[in-house]
Amino acid sequence: MSGVSQASSHPARAAEDGGRAQGLAVKDVAKRFGRFPALKGVSISAEPGEFLALLGPSGSGKTTLLRIIAGLETPDAGTVFLQSEDFLAQTPRERRVGMVFQSYALFRHMTVAKNIAFGLEVLPRAQRPRKAEIKARVKQLLALIQLEDLGGRYPRQLSGGQQQRVALARALAIEPRVLLLDEPFGALDAKVRKELRYWLRRIHDETGVTTIFVTHDQEEAMDLADRVAVLKEGRIEQVGAPEALHEHPASAFVFDFLGESNRLPCHLSGDLAAFDGFSAPAVVAPGASGNTTAWFRPHETELSGEGPGLGVTVTGVHNQGGLVRVDLSAADGSTFEVDLPRVSRPTGLGVGAQLKLRPRRVFVFADAPVP
Amino acid sequence: MALTLSLPRLREPSVLPGFWPALGFTVAYLSLIVLIPLAALIARPWEHGLADFWRTVTDSRVLAALRLSFGAAFIASLVNLVMGLITAWALVRYDFPGRRLLDAMVDVPFALPTAVAGIALATLYAPNGWIGALLAPLGVKVAYTPLGVLVALIAVGLPFIVRSVQPVLQDLDAEIEEAALTLGAGRWRRIRTVVLPAVAPALVTGFSLAFARAVGEYGSVIFIAGNMPLRSEIAPLLIVIKLSQFDYAGAAAVGLAMLVLSFAALLVINIGQALLLRRGR
Repeated sequence: MSGVSQASSHPARAAEDGGRAQGLAVKDVAKRFGRFPALKGVSISAEPGEFLALLGPSGSGKTTLLRIIAGLETPDAGTVFLQSEDFLAQTPRERRVGMVFQSYALFRHMTVAKNIAFGLEVLPRAQRPRKAEIKARVKQLLALIQLEDLGGRYPRQLSGGQQQRVALARALAIEPRVLLLDEPFGALDAKVRKELRYWLRRIHDETGVTTIFVTHDQEEAMDLADRVAVLKEGRIEQVGAPEALHEHPASAFVFDFLGESNRLPCHLSGDLAAFDGFSAPAVVAPGASGNTTAWFRPHETELSGEGPGLGVTVTGVHNQGGLVRVDLSAADGSTFEVDLPRVSRPTGLGVGAQLKLRPRRVFVFADAPVP
Repeated sequence: MALTLSLPRLREPSVLPGFWPALGFTVAYLSLIVLIPLAALIARPWEHGLADFWRTVTDSRVLAALRLSFGAAFIASLVNLVMGLITAWALVRYDFPGRRLLDAMVDVPFALPTAVAGIALATLYAPNGWIGALLAPLGVKVAYTPLGVLVALIAVGLPFIVRSVQPVLQDLDAEIEEAALTLGAGRWRRIRTVVLPAVAPALVTGFSLAFARAVGEYGSVIFIAGNMPLRSEIAPLLIVIKLSQFDYAGAAAVGLAMLVLSFAALLVINIGQALLLRRGR
């Protein structure tokens, strides 16, 4: 392969670069809206062909970052490069990114086929494919989104999930150099969400396009992405593969955001967290020491009738499929959640039962322990 | 099962009480203020016979007045269609100092007594008025010409278009426009594919309201029009003139002609709107 990495001179028609995926680099990007700082210096890069998720609560700046990459917002500072091209010097049109919105944003008065063809039909005459080519491409995309027979329908005649698939096909029609998705499944119900999640991953793997996906749903991000960037208040808190985020969360915020969590004061010595009369192995983040807070997951917690542990009272028992979730409270009023496999549910587990709680493994962080 | 013969029911069963009193009141009220006057208008012109009616309506002075009233109303509404859309766009899309004041000003032609508006316009556009004096050297005469009629009708029609379009523009999903932008559509293309289809039904509504108002407009027009027969005399004024000459049948004949033309115009507009609404919605 004579892969010379050179910026395509035809930004609007670059399937010629062999469909080779391109990498994106965001550096020190800052943006404020009035007095509200939406982004406070964010740097992140997506490898060519990578599926990157931006995860964070609302107001964390994830959507703003995506819109800056798309060219829908202008940053106050920082740079955005696609390979060697300065993205910020280009109009949204020149960037040729595919954008998918939570609201689908389909053109309501156009048929599905017309919607998908839109990005090709607005190309300058010199670059526009011939009518037959556009038609063939639309057909191919309709097959990709499994809506072959619905090209003649109008968007309102489709379900939400179908509309979002059309929106994705429309974005893919322009052979985008980067695919950007802003909470694409946010308006759909849980079952459709999950279906579309795997479907989207399949499409990504087929097309190989560098993809950036914004969501506030940690399960979605962890399930879908090669790497996840967790954002908090306009900063990136941690970037890593889903496994790494689970096993080595960098901060209490990341730990708490990635799932349900319990907290208990402890004294840290080495990699052992000592509690009142018992202890547990600790995953220690750099900088943590002394008296601090131990964080642990509901499914990494043991309950027993006797032995060492924190004395707790059962306040609620919820059956959740294969798991039993137990709500507990300690004498000082602090509350805990524990997940037990249904098969190992202890006998006599009911509201009011007195039990001992013991974390199997805890995490300790350097950032301000929130008791 | 026994065969039952049931008469078509006049209304669906409803838990809401008071259907008959409500319907009765509505019919009586509409009769009083709309149907009976309308019936009178239709009954009145024929008292001197069909030939006389036809002679009145095809009189060159009446024809000229009808042509001016409907023609000027149509052109004024077309002008307002464009200008009103731009005004609504500016008021919705941009935030600038004085926006609320400007927004309130749109309603002034509504709120002002029409005679006051007419006198103000006539004073401004007279050859010695502020604007008239500027136009006079260019050879443009506005006041006391058909052009003056047009200016007055544009002024009264503007609020209808702006107020019809404004809420629709406000609700327009910005993401649809952004989608078009990232797909590579230029500015004009975005307006054509996103904005215009969305506001088209509201534009038609505004157009028909402005048109209906302009056809019947009297107060603000007569001061600036000069009211020269065959040239700048509007149909409503002709009705007033005929009434003052005790020619009731003639006045009703002109009125009936206006009614028929207005109905025809509104019918065409409504059919157009129905077609617009059916497209992909």
